[in-house]
Amino acid sequence: MRLIPLALAALFLALPAKAADLTGTLQKIKETGTITMGVRESSVPFSYLDDQQKPVGYAIDICYQVVDAVKKALSMPDLKVLTVPVLSSNRIPLMANGTIDLECGSTTNNVERQKQVAFTNTHYLTASKFVAKAAAHLTTIDALKGKTVVSTAGSTNIVQLNKANADRNLGITVVAAKDHAEAFLMVETDRAAAFVMDDVILASFIASAKDPAAYAIGDEAFSLAEPYGIMLRRDDAPFKALVDKATADFYTSTAGKANYAKWFQAPIPPKGLNLNTPMSKGLMGAYAHPSDNADPASYDK
Amino acid sequence: MPTRPTTRTRPATTSNGVGYHWNWGIFWEMSPEGTGTYLDMIVQGLRMTLITAALAWVIAFIVGSAIGVLRTLPGRMAPLAASAWIELFRNMPLLVQLFLWYFVFPEILPAAWGIWLKQLPAAAFLTAVIGIGFFMSARVAVQVASGIEALPQGQRAAATALGLTPAQTYRYVLLPMAYRIVLPPLTSELLNTVKNTSVALTIGLAELTARARAVQEFSFQVFEAFTAATLAYLVINLLATMAARWLEARVRVPGYGRA
Repeated sequence: MRLIPLALAALFLALPAKAADLTGTLQKIKETGTITMGVRESSVPFSYLDDQQKPVGYAIDICYQVVDAVKKALSMPDLKVLTVPVLSSNRIPLMANGTIDLECGSTTNNVERQKQVAFTNTHYLTASKFVAKAAAHLTTIDALKGKTVVSTAGSTNIVQLNKANADRNLGITVVAAKDHAEAFLMVETDRAAAFVMDDVILASFIASAKDPAAYAIGDEAFSLAEPYGIMLRRDDAPFKALVDKATADFYTSTAGKANYAKWFQAPIPPKGLNLNTPMSKGLMGAYAHPSDNADPASYDK
Repeated sequence: MPTRPTTRTRPATTSNGVGYHWNWGIFWEMSPEGTGTYLDMIVQGLRMTLITAALAWVIAFIVGSAIGVLRTLPGRMAPLAASAWIELFRNMPLLVQLFLWYFVFPEILPAAWGIWLKQLPAAAFLTAVIGIGFFMSARVAVQVASGIEALPQGQRAAATALGLTPAQTYRYVLLPMAYRIVLPPLTSELLNTVKNTSVALTIGLAELTARARAVQEFSFQVFEAFTAATLAYLVINLLATMAARWLEARVRVPGYGRA
């Protein structure tokens, strides 16, 4: 911490007055000449590694729009962009200690988490649904009565599953899996009858399964669609304002809608999967009127 | 009178948005699971860790002792079989073993048995107890065998001369001393058993580490969650160490072994 006043002093002497006025993340970016994006390794199609191990995805493209806005605002055309792979278990410490400046992935924006971090405008809305073997013909939540159902440990989805199980008295045996891939494996090997998760994640698992036709997503959702947002450090108003404006400008532009179609309605790398997911009504609203609201009900109009 | 040094002023920049927001009060807040506070989540995980570790240790101790004895028996078949068990379970990473037990083992059974096994309500728990128990049994077996081998050959010969059967020789002569010799390393294996239960989170067991991860996933208070888990492991293992010390002093044979 003793370095901070030194660094500040150096900055004050070395840069024009404008830079010294900067605070928080913008100051850090100006000082270091780099902006660092936290990326996920397998959050298809939001943020994942392609066959050249390069981070790509819907959220990555949005983050590059933010980077362009930062370049313009700080007049730093040569701003260096770093990417750091993050996991759900280390993204908070890495953001808090300044290793990453933006988390570009599929992180749910909720009030609880806003006590620790901030989120910019919603880039996706997803509801908890379940996937089951198509041959089992399960479409409603009630059809899961008495069965074994898996979800990912520590997810909001498993909470919603437990709640539905208790409220409707379904007698479901709820099993927690370490991660999404393992949960899907449990359905594949019949260890569980269904896997409860965000519908978009289920769609990507089905699309990449050995036999996509063998799986079906149930019709009934466990919740209203929840917003995903790009994560920033909290209490950093100037940076958040810049990111909010950059994302809002992008979502309301035709380029923003083209970016959605590129990742959700066309073949995506590396294997040319097509998720075939048109924009939901809620997300159309969130694109027309960008919002960082964490309340799912605010998107359900 | 010397003047007090002026206190160094902390720059205001530490609160400019860069940093982590500590909130130790998180443990008293309700968790979104709706079944209690975040502290309750940690306590549930702790309970699961203790039960899993205790049962796994029972298996490890009983099976490990049996295999350790087999390894020191005269003849060729018994030591060979014991070595096979030890090498099989000791040389494969625990993570891989749990995956094999959980995902592969039911697939090689007849279909109906496999389905029955997979649909067991406590499948992850049973897999963890047996998997960790067998893994640790290989380590216990090596300790027990080396304890027996550390005894002078004369003890076995004397027992035989007294007319004791091999079973009696082990029961009354060899094992009582061997266990005393290997008590300190066995304590380490007990501590390892406790710590190894955390691997079971990969097959979905809601033990301490898994619950700490869930706390951080819901609240984003990652350091508080893992500090609580770390302290819990530390306390369990310190208590286990103290109990082992007490046992060591209690069963010590006067004049034998370390002074």
